Amino acid sequence: MTSDNAVEAEGLVKNFKETKALKGIDLAVPRGSVLGVLGPNGAGKTTAVRILATLLRADGGHAKVAGYDVAKKPSEVRKRIGLTGQYASVDEELTGRENLHMIAALLNMSGRSSKARAKELLEWFDLTDAADRTLKTYSGGMRRRLDLAASLTGHPEVVFLDEPTTGLDPAKREDMWDVVRDIVKRGTSVLLTTQYLEEADALADDIVVINHGEVIAHDTADKLKRVVGSQTLRVRPSDASQVDTVNAILAEVATDGAPVDEYRPGEYSVPVVDDSALATVVGKLAAQQVAVTELSLQLPSLDEVFFTLTGERQRPTADDATAGQEQEVSA
Amino acid sequence: MSTASVTHDVDVIQQGPFDMFRHSWVLAKRSLVKTWRTPEGLIDVTLSPIMFTLLFTFIFGGAIAGSTADYLVFLIPGLIGQNIAFASVGIGIQLNSDMSKGIFDRFRALPISRVAPLLGAALGDVVRYVLLIGIMVGTGYALGYRVTTDPLSFLGGCLLAILFALCLAWAPMLVGLIARSERAVQGIVFMTLFPLTFASNAFVPTETMPSWLAAFANANPLSHLIEALRMLWSGGDWHAPVGWTLLWCAVFVIIFAPLAIRAYNRKA
Repeated sequence: MTSDNAVEAEGLVKNFKETKALKGIDLAVPRGSVLGVLGPNGAGKTTAVRILATLLRADGGHAKVAGYDVAKKPSEVRKRIGLTGQYASVDEELTGRENLHMIAALLNMSGRSSKARAKELLEWFDLTDAADRTLKTYSGGMRRRLDLAASLTGHPEVVFLDEPTTGLDPAKREDMWDVVRDIVKRGTSVLLTTQYLEEADALADDIVVINHGEVIAHDTADKLKRVVGSQTLRVRPSDASQVDTVNAILAEVATDGAPVDEYRPGEYSVPVVDDSALATVVGKLAAQQVAVTELSLQLPSLDEVFFTLTGERQRPTADDATAGQEQEVSA
Repeated sequence: MSTASVTHDVDVIQQGPFDMFRHSWVLAKRSLVKTWRTPEGLIDVTLSPIMFTLLFTFIFGGAIAGSTADYLVFLIPGLIGQNIAFASVGIGIQLNSDMSKGIFDRFRALPISRVAPLLGAALGDVVRYVLLIGIMVGTGYALGYRVTTDPLSFLGGCLLAILFALCLAWAPMLVGLIARSERAVQGIVFMTLFPLTFASNAFVPTETMPSWLAAFANANPLSHLIEALRMLWSGGDWHAPVGWTLLWCAVFVIIFAPLAIRAYNRKA
């Protein structure tokens, strides 16, 4: 394989009757890296994943996964990918171990190596105790983990994770993130879709933002955050009489002297350039003996990202933001 | 340091032309495990046939054949035909639920033949049909029914019935793959099966029907199977009905298998 990209898609188009689900999107996942595909519901994320995982045929454009064309060599692609969808596609009436054995058998693994692989995966995903129970007894988080384990059974080169943490509580989400980092550490390339900027920021090397079937931005998480705007630092002093002190401290770290905003009653926020503002504020609050009940550094929400990006669509700041539009013209 | 690859430290069985059958067998085993875990799913091939046998024997026996014993000779093959048809709805429901739960997405993203999940489901159903025929004949025996030919003919009849069931199953499989809910599968399949089972020679001789209905009943694939079973188990020339049954089996597979496979491939 000559390409350095585990996934390479150019000008993917997909129409469902009247709906243009994909209007010509380009994606690339360099080998061993994580691409975060960020977008709201209905943006076309799942459609793109399904095309790349050979479940759907594109109406236009082409894509290579693990070096093979998804339309021309789907079975070569299928040997090299793992797919974990939004809902856990595992068999509820089988046990965790049986599910993994079944997948291994379908991948032509011998009985011995399928047993070993199932054991290894169950340990890795912390499911050994539940291995011989049917999935009906599993919690949502356990099912997701087993689903991911099933996707990894055949040591895939490329793993597609379609909204792997949607519907999980924050603690479970962090567990899932650790697992994803672990997969990448072992050399697997990952394409991850998500609705959370936070998730893309935590996991992805590169982020592609898509909306209405078009790529509207493609950049690293840091650059994207810079484009979209700053992070927000929020403080809620325990004692209302210290509001002025808090405001003074916040004003010092605010981006370009932006005014302090009362985000919610009793909670004050300012935009800040980077993470270091948090440490500065914590230090100053401590020095002036201000007690706080809440202190947080927030990334811009997906809404804010979209507002900024779609508002700037005519003169995009991100390098590749026009890719989708150019494709649409040429298609 | 190790880049993951498919063959990395995994000992993979040689790929070959028999993969499709091996994978179908793996998936048939999945159906069997599920059947074993939820035996109440077998009611349609165990308790229902017993109930039908008792009801039909004692309600219609006297009226139709003069005595329950005479009617049993006629009825048992008829009931087997009817219950095989009814039991085929199960596979449609199973495929529909597999599809809605997303497990088919997993299979479709694996390097296996697209036929394997369907063939596997059908093979897994063989156990249900064996059980059905066994229970039906057993209940018949308890009430006085006897196979009067030889064991080989009896076995031939059983195999023919199972083959018929497996070929017929492609129709409900297709319905299962296109219908949008399990309830819809059940509705569509039963709506088709009721006329098919009752407008046949299963319960009454077709001579008593109006001519247009008799014509339908005589051409009905179930009638051919039932006639074949009567000949094989109670004596008579079975060649023609067995031939017609096999022909119908081929027709079912030729029409419905490609449509079902296409529906499976298409379904997003």
